Amino acid sequence: MNKNIILYAAILIFGLAAPFIFPAFKVQLSILCVLIILAITWNIQGGEMGYNSFGNILFYGLGMYLCASVQVGMFFPLAEWTESGGEKTFVHTPAQFFQGMAAGLVVASVVPCVVAGLIGYAILGLRGHYFAICTLGLGVAAGEISGGIEIIGAGQGFTTPPFPNVGGLEARGEFFYLLSFIALVLTFIAVRSVYSTRFKLILNAIRDNEDKAEAMGIQTMKYKIIGWMISAFFCGLAGGIMGGLVGYIDSTDVAFDGREMGVFMVLMAILGGKGTLWGPVIGATVFHIFKEGFWTFFLGWQYVALGVLIVVIVIYFPEGIMGWLREKYPNKFGEVVDEADRKAQVELK
Amino acid sequence: MDFMVFQYPMITVQACLDGILLGVLFALIAYGMALQWGVMNIINIAQGDLVILGGYIAYFMYLYGIHPAWGVIVSPFIMYFVGVGIYKLVINKVVDRDLFISILATFGISILFMQLMNFAFGADVVLANSGYGTTFLFDSNVVLPNSKIFSAFVSIVFAICLVIYMKKSKLGRAIRATAQNARAAKILGVDTEKVYAATFGINAALCGVAGALISITFTIHPYMGLPYTIRSFMIVIVAGLGNLPGVALSGMGLGVFEEFADYILGTEFRIGAVFLLLVLILVYRRFKLSRKREYLK
Repeated sequence: MNKNIILYAAILIFGLAAPFIFPAFKVQLSILCVLIILAITWNIQGGEMGYNSFGNILFYGLGMYLCASVQVGMFFPLAEWTESGGEKTFVHTPAQFFQGMAAGLVVASVVPCVVAGLIGYAILGLRGHYFAICTLGLGVAAGEISGGIEIIGAGQGFTTPPFPNVGGLEARGEFFYLLSFIALVLTFIAVRSVYSTRFKLILNAIRDNEDKAEAMGIQTMKYKIIGWMISAFFCGLAGGIMGGLVGYIDSTDVAFDGREMGVFMVLMAILGGKGTLWGPVIGATVFHIFKEGFWTFFLGWQYVALGVLIVVIVIYFPEGIMGWLREKYPNKFGEVVDEADRKAQVELK
Repeated sequence: MDFMVFQYPMITVQACLDGILLGVLFALIAYGMALQWGVMNIINIAQGDLVILGGYIAYFMYLYGIHPAWGVIVSPFIMYFVGVGIYKLVINKVVDRDLFISILATFGISILFMQLMNFAFGADVVLANSGYGTTFLFDSNVVLPNSKIFSAFVSIVFAICLVIYMKKSKLGRAIRATAQNARAAKILGVDTEKVYAATFGINAALCGVAGALISITFTIHPYMGLPYTIRSFMIVIVAGLGNLPGVALSGMGLGVFEEFADYILGTEFRIGAVFLLLVLILVYRRFKLSRKREYLK
């Protein structure tokens, strides 16, 4: 236990100090935080509950649009803002910017959560690959439809309010890094405390055998919806932050970007090891470092590399880093290994 | 929003005819998907990208001065080997695994193909001009390009040939036996590995035919693959595996639905409407089955 506290304290201090140690990577570090949040949220229903969703991008994009719309709409007419396409006809004062951001983030996390609750009953009745394809359809449909709505910019995109210049101080990077890091810490604490309750066991029971879980008297639908709502809440929050960070929202390339973010979150959770607390965190970090470090070598060929990466990870590495560690050092994970049994299994192979 | 559909009956006729001719093509792609789903238990997200790749083969023949209709013959031959190649490299490692693994792996293939096509052929929307002219019906109120009629006719011919092949030939019987029970087929001396490879190849070849026809009739673009996957998935779940007349009918139904969505909602919502329809169909079937305490399997 003591070791854990030291570990968490070290990570916290490192996280807070990171933008000052690596000032050139502030934006990258903020994106890393958002990616970790996305991987953790995907892992709640993808890894723990066994409901592999391609559609969590729906909540992410929804949060992104909502946060920006509230931030603008609280003070200025939204339609004229998007019409002007980011021309500086309206300027947020610092107070307006931060108030709008705060309200926007609240809306951006609550509304996707409610949406998940509303559609959850219908969608979560589907299982396995039907659920996966259905959520894939939801995500793409949301992108296509939002690309046709005029008030949020339709095809030409939506420029989020620029960061105000407070007393000649350029603190945009620090602000968004702190915001995303705090969101990450909140998400991690929330998910960790959820995972230490009976709720996690119920989710695992649903993953392992839903019919039996139901036969044991668990109201599986209720818990599935709650699990999805938790996931959607933090997904929307991450989307809201990312919208402000990127500064420009496009329907299919930034917000409902199923080809990038939507796959990234699945991939990161699988790479780290789904169904573990630390897996998504490690997976997202490794993935982001790999992506940013090597993307420049594949200039223009990123998506080809991404496609190959997906296939390789899925085929050769489906258990992820945590799964691999678990196989290698079972003692550290509290598993008891029967040496004779292991030998017998090796012989069987 | 455009409610012309209700004021001018000829537009309705036009939309229905367009939809049916389009739907036949969808049914051809869906037949390939049903085949591999039934035999190998794999959902291939890269289906649509195979279609687009087949279309580019026909388009390139057109660029080099060969009539694109010959693509209908050439493209399936090339696509068959592409399909077998994909099977040998990737699919044979995911066949007996969890369905989600196969979905994700083929999603990776889909992204890969999309981008490779984008590099190789450019991001422009292209069309292979067949020069078939148009047919005018009902006092030229209804305009049908002959290429659409040609493509529907060719798809029907290919579908019939394939059905006969599956019924009569040795490989066809082996494929059907493997679909029924892979283990029993293995015991009786069917090389299931070869059957799987051939199935995936035939599926890719069907996609090649459909793609060549689409490049003549409509337009192709490297990123247009995913909607074709979703359409064929939708057709298969509505019709059920192994229900051929159902596949044909629901394909045409989907085509008509799309044409009407196009007229009523506007072209920008067309793809969105297709994806929403998929969600609605799945949710409808889920509620219907949950009354009997069952779920979609």
